[in-house]
Amino acid sequence: MSEMSQNKASQEALLTIEAVERIFGGERKLFGGHNPAVHAVQGLSLDVKKGETLGVVGESGCGKSTLARLVVGLDLPTSGTITFAGEDLTALARKDRNALARKVQYVFQDPVASLNPRKTIRTILEAPLKHLTDLNADGREQRLAELLQAVNLAPEFLERYPHEFSGGQAQRIGIARALAAGPELIVLDEPVSALDVSVQAQVLNLLDKLKDDFGLTYIFISHDLSVVESVSDRVAVMYFGRMAELGPAKEIFRHPLHPYTDLLMRSAPAPGRHDLMSEDASAELPDPYSPPAGCAFAARCGHKTEKCLAAKPAPDEAVSGAKHFAACYHPLGQA
Amino acid sequence: MTETTLSAPAKPAKKSARPGTLALLLNNSLATGGLIVLALICLIALAAPILPLPDPDVTAPADRLKPIFSEDHLLGTDHLGRDLLSRLIWGSRVSLAVGLSATVIAAFFGSLLGLVAGYAGGRTDTIIMRGIDMVMAFPYILLALAIVAVLGPGLLNALYAIALVNIPFFARNIRGITLGLSRREFVDAARLSGKSPPQILFLEILPNVLPVIVITMSTTVGWMILETAGLSFLGLGAQPPQADLGSMLGEGRKILFTAPHVSIIPGLMIFALVMSINLFGDGVRDILDPRLRAGSLTRPVSRTAVERNKADIPAPSEKQGVLDVRQMRTEFQIGSSVYKAVGGVDLNLQQGECLGVVGESGSGKSVTAMSIMGLVPTPPGRIAGGAAYLEGEDLFAASDRRIRDLRGGSVAYVFQDPLSTLHPLFTVGAQLTEAITTHQPMSRAKARDKAIDLLSLVRIPNARERLDAYPHELSGGMRQRVCIAMALANDAKVLIADEPTTALDVTVQSQILTLMNGLRRERNAAILFITHDFGVVSAICDRVAVMYAGRIVETGTTDEVLNSPQHPYTAKLIECVPVLGEPERRLDAIEGRPPVVNNLPAGCAFADRCPHVQPACRQGEISLDMSSGTRGVRCLFPLTSGASA
Ligand SMILES: Nc1ncnc2c1ncn2[C@@H]1O[C@H](COP(=O)(O)OP(=O)(O)OP(=O)(O)O)[C@@H](O)[C@H]1O
Ligand code: SF4
Ligand code: SF4
Ligand SMILES: [Mg+2]
Repeated sequence: MSEMSQNKASQEALLTIEAVERIFGGERKLFGGHNPAVHAVQGLSLDVKKGETLGVVGESGCGKSTLARLVVGLDLPTSGTITFAGEDLTALARKDRNALARKVQYVFQDPVASLNPRKTIRTILEAPLKHLTDLNADGREQRLAELLQAVNLAPEFLERYPHEFSGGQAQRIGIARALAAGPELIVLDEPVSALDVSVQAQVLNLLDKLKDDFGLTYIFISHDLSVVESVSDRVAVMYFGRMAELGPAKEIFRHPLHPYTDLLMRSAPAPGRHDLMSEDASAELPDPYSPPAGCAFAARCGHKTEKCLAAKPAPDEAVSGAKHFAACYHPLGQA
Repeated sequence: MTETTLSAPAKPAKKSARPGTLALLLNNSLATGGLIVLALICLIALAAPILPLPDPDVTAPADRLKPIFSEDHLLGTDHLGRDLLSRLIWGSRVSLAVGLSATVIAAFFGSLLGLVAGYAGGRTDTIIMRGIDMVMAFPYILLALAIVAVLGPGLLNALYAIALVNIPFFARNIRGITLGLSRREFVDAARLSGKSPPQILFLEILPNVLPVIVITMSTTVGWMILETAGLSFLGLGAQPPQADLGSMLGEGRKILFTAPHVSIIPGLMIFALVMSINLFGDGVRDILDPRLRAGSLTRPVSRTAVERNKADIPAPSEKQGVLDVRQMRTEFQIGSSVYKAVGGVDLNLQQGECLGVVGESGSGKSVTAMSIMGLVPTPPGRIAGGAAYLEGEDLFAASDRRIRDLRGGSVAYVFQDPLSTLHPLFTVGAQLTEAITTHQPMSRAKARDKAIDLLSLVRIPNARERLDAYPHELSGGMRQRVCIAMALANDAKVLIADEPTTALDVTVQSQILTLMNGLRRERNAAILFITHDFGVVSAICDRVAVMYAGRIVETGTTDEVLNSPQHPYTAKLIECVPVLGEPERRLDAIEGRPPVVNNLPAGCAFADRCPHVQPACRQGEISLDMSSGTRGVRCLFPLTSGASA
C-alpha cells in the first residue's frame, strides 16, 4: 500500500513547517521575573507532501500533540511559520478560523471524550456542515447520509447519543465529523490508541480507504511503531520537542540512524518475541525546565561522546540518501 | 422498564432496565419524605387565595393573643388579633416566592459569571474571580445587611441582597466545572466544526453544566429561605402588615414568654420548609450523581457479596498451586437485567509462574482479577458461583478480616493507573511504610529501611532521597515502580497486575516488564498478568488464557497459543496485530462486536462472528476441552495447526 501511495504522492508540499517553536509558560510575573517556561516544540521544520501519510512517533510528552494542535490552529506557534498550500496558516487561524477548518481537520485520541455527551450524533455531525459549508437543509441531509456511508455506520445511529457507542463506532463518528467539510489534510492524533486491536484494524483499514476515495493527506500521530509503520509513507521521530529522525518509513524502520529510534524499535513488544531489550532504569527524560545544552538523548545514549554533550546536533546532522535525516553526531550503521 | 421510559419519554427505551429517576428518588425514604412535606406546603401556599381564610392583615384588637385551637382561629391569633393560620399560609407563600426568586436570580447571574470566567480564562477569569473573592471576603450576613441598609428595607430589596450574596457561591462552583469541561476534547472538536465561542459556551458546555446548576439550586433554596427569614426577622425584609415567616417570628419574639405559640408556629414552619427542601435537594443530588445513576441504590460496600449455592462449591483442582480459581462467576445486577461479566472461569497459578489473561475490552478480564479478592463493588456486583483457593483456603468463604489481611499481604494488586493507587498528598515513603506496617508490626525506622530496600529492588535510583518525593514528582514509569514496590512490600505470593504497562511508553514498558520478570524469578511470586497486548504476553507470560464474553475460550503455553491458535477467535485476534517490520501485512479485522453479557446467545458466544460457524455451534454449552494438562480450547471445530482462520 505504501508503495502505491508513494507514487501518488506528488512532490509538492501541502504543509510546510519552518523553525516552529511553542513555549508554554514564561509569562511575566506580577512582581518582576518570569514563570518557568517549557519548550514543548523547538526548532521543528518539516514538509508534508500532498497525498502522503506522514507518521509521527515519540514518547509521551515529546510534543506530538502540540505539533498536531499547531497544525490545525487550535494553538499558535510562539515563533516560526506554518504554511498550508502557500498560505500562512497562523495568520489564517487568527483571521478566519473557519477557512482553516475547511482545509485542515483533526481526529482525537479519545473518541468518546471528543463527542459531546449531551448531543445526538446528528447534531454533532451537522455542526461542521452548518458552520463550514453553505449547504442547505436538504444538502446537509444528503451529505450526512454520504458521511455515514463512508465510515460504515447505519443511518439509524444519527439519533443516538455518544455513550451508546463502542469506542470503534465513536471513532468512526469522529472521522466522519473530520471529513464533513471536505478537508485536504487530516491530523490524526493517536486515532487508534484507545481501541482494541480488532477494532483498531477496522479503523486503520477505513482510514486507508477514505484516503484513496477522497484524496486526503494524513499526519498520523502514534506511539505505536508497528501501527505507524503500517500506515506511513514517511516517518518523523520526535524526542523532547525536537526532530530526532525523519525519513521514508521503510528506511527508518530498516536502518534507523538515530539511537533513539533504535531504542524504540527494540523496546516494542511483538507477538512471539521473548527477549525484551531494556535500558538502565536510571535513564530518565531530561528536565524540561532545565534542558541540557547538548543532545537531549545523551543521558540514555550508549554512543555519546564529549561532542554530544557540548552542542545540540542539527536536525540534518546525519544524512542517508536524499530523504533520510537524523539529529545525531554518531548515527548508527555509518562509520 | 416502564419507569425508565416514564422518566425519559423522549429517548427510546433502552435494552438494559436501569432504575428510572423517580424510582431512585422514591427509594430514598428521607428524600421522599422531604418531597411529600414540601409538596404539601407548596400546595397549601399556592391555594391560599381560594382557601376560606380570613384576611391575614386585618387586625382585631379584641381577639388578640388567642391560644391555639380557639374557635374560628385554629392556630390562635397574634398580638394584633390577626389570624395566625392565615398569616402562616400567606407568609409561607411569600417566603417561598422570595427564596425561589432569589435562588433563580443568584443561579442565573452566578452561573453566567462562572461560565464566562471558566471558558474565557486568562485576564477575564482573573478579573471576575478577584471581584467574587472580594464579595466573599465580607461575612455573609453582614454584606446582606449592608446592601439592605443602602437600598432601604423592604421585601424586594431583601431579595436582591440575598441573591447578590449567593452569586459568588454559584460562580465559583460553575467556574470550576466549566474550566474542566472547556479543556475537554469535545470543545476543541466544536471549535474545529466552526462554532463561535458563544455557541460553544452556551450550546456545548452549558448543557453539561446544567445538572450541576440544578443540584446547586436544590441545595441552596433552603438556605435562601432561611436568610430571607433572617432579614425579615431583623425588620429589614417584609414590612408590616405583610406577613412572611421571618417577620412573624420577629413579631412573636417580643411576646415569646407570654404567648409562645406566636413565634413557635412560624418557627416550626421554617424548620419544616427548610428541612424538607434540603432532604429533597440531597435526594436530587444523589440521583444526578452518575455513580448512583449506574444502578446501585446504596453506596458500595468494601467487599463483593458472595451469593453462591453452598451445595455447589467446586473442590480445588488436582493441580493445587498457589492460586486456584474454579468455575468463578461474577454478575452485575443493573435494574432488572443481569450482566454475566465472568461466566465460570478456571485459572491455576503455580509458584513463580506468570499467567497472562488476554481479551478485548469488556471481555471480563478486570472483573476476573478483582473478583478474586472481592474488589468488585457491591452493588451492583456479586460473586454468583465458584471458588478461589489461595493455597487451599477458600477466599470466598473467608471472613472480612481475613480478606483485609490478605489484600496487600499475600495477594497484591498493581493497576493500570498508578495515580489511583498512590495518594497524592502523602510521600512515597509514608505510603510504603504504611503498607509495610499494616501487615508486619515493626518500628518506623525499620519500616523505612525496608521501604528503601523495596525501592532499590524496583530499581529506583537514589532510593533514600526518593522516599520524600510526592507521587506527582515522579514520572509515570517511576510511579508504576513504586506501586510494584508496594505490592511486594509484604512478600506477596500472588501478584495480580491489571494492564500495569498499558499507560506507559514502550521504552518504560519494557523496563517494567523486565523488572517484573526478574522479580518473579527472584521471589518466586506467581503473577496473574492481565493485558490486551499479545506482544506483552510474549515478553513475560509462561501461559496464557484468552477470554471472550466472560469465559476462557483458549488456554495453553504462550508459544502454543501464539504459534498455533486453535480457537478461531484467538487466531483472528492475533492476525489483527500489526507487527513491526511487516508493514505490507494486511490487517484482518474481526467484523461485528462481542455480545453483550446480559444477553448471551445459547452455545458459542463467538458464533455470530466466526467464519467456521456450524448449526451445532449454536446449541447447548460448549466446554473447555483440555487436550493436555495445559492446553484447552472451547470450540466444537478447533483449527488444526497450519490452517488459518
Ligand atoms: N461496576 C460495574 N457495574 C456494572 N457492570 C460492570 C462493572 N464493572 C464491569 N462491568 C461489566 O462487566 C463486563 C466485563 O468488564 P471488565 O472490566 O472485566 O472488562 P475488561 O476485559 O477488563 O476490559 P478492558 O480491556 O476495557 O479493561 C463488561 O460488560 C462491563 O460492562
Ligand atoms: S548525538 Fe550523541 S548523544 Fe545524541 S543520540 Fe547521537 S550519539 Fe547519542
Ligand atoms: S464453536 Fe463454532 S462458532 Fe464457536 S468458535 Fe468454534 S467453530 Fe466458531
Ligand atoms: Mg480492564
